[in-house]
Amino acid sequence: MYDFARGPLVWIAFAIFFGGSVYRIISTIMLAKKDKVILPYMRTKYGLRSIAHWLIPFGSRNMRLRPFFTIMSFLFHACLLLTPIFTLGHIALWQESWGVSWWHLPDTLSTLMTFIVVAGGVVFVLRRLSDPTVRMVTSFGDFVVVLIVIAPFVTGLLAYYQVFDYRTIITIHMWTGAIWLASVPFTKIAHMLFFPLTRAYMGCEFGYVRNARDW
Amino acid sequence: MKDTPESRVIDPGLDETIKKLTPEHIERVVQHVLTKENAARLKVYIDTCVHCGLCAEACHTYLSRDCDPDYSPVGKVKNTLWELIKRKGKVDGEFVKMMSRVAFTECAVCRRCSMYCPFGIDIAYLLMIVRRICSLLGVVPQYLQDTTNSHAVTSNQMWVHQDEWIDTLQWQEEEAMSEVKDARIPLEKEGAEVMYSVIAPEPKILAQLLGNMAQIMKVAGIDWTMPATDGWDNSNMAMYSGDFEVMGRVERLHWETAARLKAKKIVMGECGHAFRGAVYDGPRWLGWKFPPIPMVHAIEFYYDILKSGRIKVKEKFKEPVTVQDPCNTVRGRGLGPKLRYVVNELCENFIDVNPRFEHNYCCMAGGGTINCGPPWKRSRMVSNRVKAEQFKATGAHIVITPCHNCHSGIEDVIGFYKLGMHVKFISEIMVEVMDVPDELKP
Repeated sequence: MYDFARGPLVWIAFAIFFGGSVYRIISTIMLAKKDKVILPYMRTKYGLRSIAHWLIPFGSRNMRLRPFFTIMSFLFHACLLLTPIFTLGHIALWQESWGVSWWHLPDTLSTLMTFIVVAGGVVFVLRRLSDPTVRMVTSFGDFVVVLIVIAPFVTGLLAYYQVFDYRTIITIHMWTGAIWLASVPFTKIAHMLFFPLTRAYMGCEFGYVRNARDW
Repeated sequence: MKDTPESRVIDPGLDETIKKLTPEHIERVVQHVLTKENAARLKVYIDTCVHCGLCAEACHTYLSRDCDPDYSPVGKVKNTLWELIKRKGKVDGEFVKMMSRVAFTECAVCRRCSMYCPFGIDIAYLLMIVRRICSLLGVVPQYLQDTTNSHAVTSNQMWVHQDEWIDTLQWQEEEAMSEVKDARIPLEKEGAEVMYSVIAPEPKILAQLLGNMAQIMKVAGIDWTMPATDGWDNSNMAMYSGDFEVMGRVERLHWETAARLKAKKIVMGECGHAFRGAVYDGPRWLGWKFPPIPMVHAIEFYYDILKSGRIKVKEKFKEPVTVQDPCNTVRGRGLGPKLRYVVNELCENFIDVNPRFEHNYCCMAGGGTINCGPPWKRSRMVSNRVKAEQFKATGAHIVITPCHNCHSGIEDVIGFYKLGMHVKFISEIMVEVMDVPDELKP
């Protein structure tokens, strides 16, 4: 299991992640042609303006209305994306296999960021359960997605603190990480891929077509 | 299905029409709309929505109903469109009735929620898909369907016949002349600077607004005209009832009329729907990227004639006023700042609302909701408590509403919540305060 995870699994996961993501984005753009009223109205300036407003914390009114959730959500997403890329342990593997390396996070910081991701996932789940509005639109799959996303981080922490048998944990860590990557294009995590597209389109509908703001 | 006061409303447009439906017919229509009429946006919106509920607090119905989950934008989509997709259109008449109620009477497609969704999902568009399905199934609130039928027959919203139309314009021309010398409503004038467009409620029930415009045009010295033929009304309730075929016909006739008169530009009266239909939905349906002739909304027109000094104010309006930002001209055209310029030029004491501009709450009359008629009025009022609270906080006496739907909707809100305020169009205040030069005094 370990050897498989250390070797082919990583390749498979990355292939599904990149291949699937490219496929989803391209097929969406192709489908947008069929909609006819999307592409003629797309403008870089207004698309980027909208994306920027929604990528900057408190850049939109809705974010300002709920400061706790905004801070938590930004921390969660930032840590989720940055930690795997800049964790020393991961870079060491790249160094070992490919001879490439880059800047890494100090250990304490990457541990803290991992905790933030796990805590964020827990808060998301609690919010889903406690807020009646969110609970009503929650399906079983929404919990599974959170599980897929935080599983590599939980196992990463267990591995870091050497809880249980290290080799077992690290194997599970690799498997959960692979599942996470491979899930991106084909689950709700795909919102990561579609965010720039939907945001840019709405930014253009509001900004370019209607001379209004959408944040 | 939940038993609520709303679910017990009697409306033959829903109750009787569902009796004629068969499961096969429903399924066929749903599949047609979901797979043939819609593509990328529907798919991506459904795939992208992470069920976070952050759109909820954008909705005035949700806020007004003590955060009832069924009234959050995503809740409405879940109860209607998600179910249709999940069940692949295999739903019964009762379900169609429920989704017709939700889409037509509990959502005004004001698009405020799109500004609160982190992904910019156009939730109003999703509800419009539901409306489209209901329309193709013939399950539309009766009053609303009647306006669509009127559009189909007369091309205006209120069964106004051509002779009545011309007669009303001539009557209002006379009225205007008693205020401003030589005020005219020039009919069928080719090559005028401005073709003025109005909607059917003006000749039908608010004719003095036509007279107001004749006065304003004369004082401002505008070369203008109005058509004597059909094609003068593009209020277009068909756009909101989901009958896009009729919507397209109405808009085509309107643009063709302007083209026939060789108008250089169109000024749309104080109506938001008509503006949306003419500038956005109509052209797209007809395959045009943008309107073929420039069109400005009344707010912009008033701004221009005040800014350029064509209209001068004699004495500003005294009573404290506030405004309603209509969705189709503020969220739909960014005219919030110009609206405030106009109001400040005309009025001494303007108290702004909070939230405002694009973030202002909907009037809960637009999007065809008020056209669903008396059976749904109570529900609409319960759905807009926040609007009443918002206006009450301003302490103003007058609410300026540069949109027919906002005007009627807010009048309803004021009555229902006993706010003791009044609504006025901009033109009503303008004719009151503008300086009529001596040579134009009758």
